[in-house]
Parts: sequence; structure tokens; C-alpha cells
Amino acid sequence: MSGDHPSSVISAQVRHVEALLEARGLLDDGEIDTRIDEFAAGGTPANGARIVARAWVDPGFAERLLADANTAIREVGLSMAGGLQEQRLKVVANTEREHNVVVCTLCSCYPIALLGPSPGWYKSEAYRSRVVRDPRGVLAEFGLELPTATSIAVWDASAESRYLVLPRRPAGTEALTEEQLAALVTRKGLIGTAAV
Amino acid sequence: MSTDRFVPGARVRARTVDPAGHTRLPGYARGSVGVLVERAGEHPLADDRARGRSADPQPVWHVRFAAADLFGAGEHTVTVELWQEYLTPLEER
Repeated sequence: MSGDHPSSVISAQVRHVEALLEARGLLDDGEIDTRIDEFAAGGTPANGARIVARAWVDPGFAERLLADANTAIREVGLSMAGGLQEQRLKVVANTEREHNVVVCTLCSCYPIALLGPSPGWYKSEAYRSRVVRDPRGVLAEFGLELPTATSIAVWDASAESRYLVLPRRPAGTEALTEEQLAALVTRKGLIGTAAV
Repeated sequence: MSTDRFVPGARVRARTVDPAGHTRLPGYARGSVGVLVERAGEHPLADDRARGRSADPQPVWHVRFAAADLFGAGEHTVTVELWQEYLTPLEER
């Protein structure tokens, strides 16, 4: 299983393979960096926050988002098609009864286009191994104490889909604009390790 | 028995095989019984792709397990995304 990758051995191997591919004309000079830059371009938690704010103010959008997120996010000018192929997006909504949290136990799959690069803790073996077994304990360590009546659904991104949590709209935000609501949404809220 | 046993709500068991090399069937889910939640598209099996083999796309499912069934404790659920080939439908009672 993949773990942390601090090893310079792996880095050296990757550079070696890259050099071989370039030498054989299969890869242009620096093409990998260019592709990575293209893939990550524009990826920021602000994108995910924009989706959430729209869902809070527009119940019709929220319904479409939960039914078919790939199509719905195009309404706010976003897409999961930035890579080699479009990635399926699954949005899971928190309710009073159920809280969702996302992990990739096998590696570190993450919706980069909507959230930007993933935080270090998301990739750590501690988070990946513990949140599936004891999500309530892990969330408490993040400062999120859920009521005992709220059940927890953990989503393991073990295949091709990427996930986004739709947090509950905080109380007392009725007067806020969509833009102001988006500013309340954090990266942790979109992964499920914070309420919002 | 229904003609298509891979339908949302059906109960399935994750296979127990521990292949040498890459797989996307997490160890903690092997052998456990879960419920199909929703189909998550069709993709070639990652195990084959990692070995450089060509593979036809096959359905991938969100499969929900009770933590108690996976770990012997816990009141939460864990929904894993699994290729159909990893799953065996349970006979209907």
C-alpha cells in the first residue's frame, strides 16, 4: 500500500523514467509539469464554496447537484473535465441526522479541480487509516463534536469518483448574499472534517 | 431471484482475494457484506490497468458497509467504491 513518499529513491526513479520517456520522444521536455499545471489550474476551495453557496440559496440547484453533480456544476461555470477524462463527482449532503466525511484510504484521491491541492493531513496515514474506523474520534480531534444522534457516513474514494461534502447552512445566515455565504465555507467543511 | 442482482439495495459480499500487486479493494472491506447504494459509472478494472492489461469497462458501485461488520465495532457506515468484479450478490432470502 502506498504510504508517505519522502523517499528520494522514488523521486530519483520518477526522474529517471521521465528522462527515458523524453529521450524516446514519448514525452516533450517538461510536458509532465505542463500537464500538472493545466490539471491544477484554477483549483481552489473557493470553487467548492461557490457550489455550496449556490445549493444553499437555490433548492432546485441543490437537487440537481445531488442527482448529477457533473452536469450541475457547469451551471456555476465549473467542470470535472480538466484531466485526461472527466472524473465523476459525487456530492453528499449533511443533514441533521447524518454527517458525511471523505477519505481515500488507498492513496489520496481528491477533487483537485474544486478544492485545489489536498492538505497534508488528508494524505497522512493517520487520517486515512483512522477516519474509517473511528470517525467520531477523528472529527473530535478536528474540533467537530457531533451530537450522538447524528450518524456518520464515511466515503472512501477507492475508485474513480471524487467527492464533495455539502455542509448544512449555518443558522442565522438568512440575510447573507450568495457571495457572503460562500465565504463561510472552508476546505475542511467540503471534506467533512468541519461543520462548514 | 431477480434477473439483475446488481441493483441498488441488493446485498453483496466483497471478495476475499488478496491479489499480489495493485488492487482497489481495500483490505478492510474484504469478505464483508454491504448494500449497493448507487452505480458510479463504468471503468476498466484498475488491477488490470496497473498490470498493463487491456480491460473492458465494468460497472463500479458505491457499496455501503456497517462499521460493525467491517471492524467489529462502530455505529457509522463506510461507503466504498468497488468494481462489480469484486462483488458477489447474496442469494435472496
